[in-house]
Amino acid sequence: MREPPLQHNLVLILARNFASQLATAVFLVDVQGTVIYYNEAAERVLGRRFIEGHGMRLEEWTTAFFPSDAAGNPLSLEGIPLGAAILRREPAHDVLAIRGGDGVDRRIEVTAFPLFAHTDDYVGAIAIFWQPPGDG
Amino acid sequence: MRVRIWGSRGSIATPGPDTQRYGGNTSCVEVRLASGELIALDAGTGLRPLGVELEKEQVRAIHLLLTHLHVDHIEGLGMLAPIWSPETEIDVWGPASPIVSLEDRVATYFSPPLFPVNLSEVPARIRFHDASETEWTIGDSRVEARAILHPGPTVGYRIEEDGRVLAYVTDHEPALGTDLESEPPEWISGFALAQGADVLIHDAQYTPQEYERRVGWGHPSTEHVAAFARKTDPGTLVLFHHDPMHSDDELESIRDDVARRWGVPVERCVLAAEGSSFDV
Repeated sequence: MREPPLQHNLVLILARNFASQLATAVFLVDVQGTVIYYNEAAERVLGRRFIEGHGMRLEEWTTAFFPSDAAGNPLSLEGIPLGAAILRREPAHDVLAIRGGDGVDRRIEVTAFPLFAHTDDYVGAIAIFWQPPGDG
Repeated sequence: MRVRIWGSRGSIATPGPDTQRYGGNTSCVEVRLASGELIALDAGTGLRPLGVELEKEQVRAIHLLLTHLHVDHIEGLGMLAPIWSPETEIDVWGPASPIVSLEDRVATYFSPPLFPVNLSEVPARIRFHDASETEWTIGDSRVEARAILHPGPTVGYRIEEDGRVLAYVTDHEPALGTDLESEPPEWISGFALAQGADVLIHDAQYTPQEYERRVGWGHPSTEHVAAFARKTDPGTLVLFHHDPMHSDDELESIRDDVARRWGVPVERCVLAAEGSSFDV
């Protein structure tokens, strides 16, 4: 695991503070795509405590939850909303399936977007997700 | 470096018999570097008397570091005597908004109907520098700006010269939405600026009782200031941005409360007093 920076960018601090107060699942990554926070609601959907997921690098978390499309085809980073936010710096939304750390398969709806402190100052990305009504 | 307080009051200038010991001018701190350069931290009403002093000395190069553009931090700019001389060169540093430059934001204040003269009519040569997450040098010092938690784009500054550090972190609500006592340092707004500073000048506007009704206004309570000091461990904490409703006696109670909560002698926790100066 990388050493944490002396201090995160204020946008990330605010995003984490906001997420920590929300009942909706939020997943936050830094400029390298490393997991720096997800909230209690996200812990439930992902079936994994944050203390176990903290510091997961991009290549780890993109495979850890086995994302797949409606037909069951595996999705790479490029194929998931948070990947669009990280790789193309674009907002994205989609429905996909994951297998949580608890081994449970879940269908989730995800909206992700990049975080810019200033127009050209990309500092990380955030995903908000939930289980569609009837799936939870 | 030598530091002089020209204004330490928050929100609005507060002259009168109840504020004579600590002063009524709004935020302005003069820093004279050992290498000779002059830095002014913020342009509150304290900038006016500083400008008078600079005119006497015929100082013609000024580095003005703005934390943000709330009126109590820029209302002295038009009354800074040297800006009315074409021989003066001023480098102004401060936060841009995510989409508007610092210069355009300052020009909004420096124009009718808020001010009778437009910024473009000022004779001094003014250079604006966006300083949201930036490091640069002034003389032999290294200056660092970082965004801090306060409504609207706001930064704090860390100035290091000859191994000595002054941190200026006013207008700061680091405990908003979080518990400073349990939070890891990397998640605390302002931590990197203030950590281990020889002198930390920090906002101390509210008592805990006042804060209950002012959450999100951008300022801390004495409880938060003490927790922030425990985390960052400055040599001396200078309490700043005094609430305009607080008398000198009330400020001294606030100082005692911060020192008690922090667990240090009051000599390590002092009130910024207009006209006072100290070496860092």
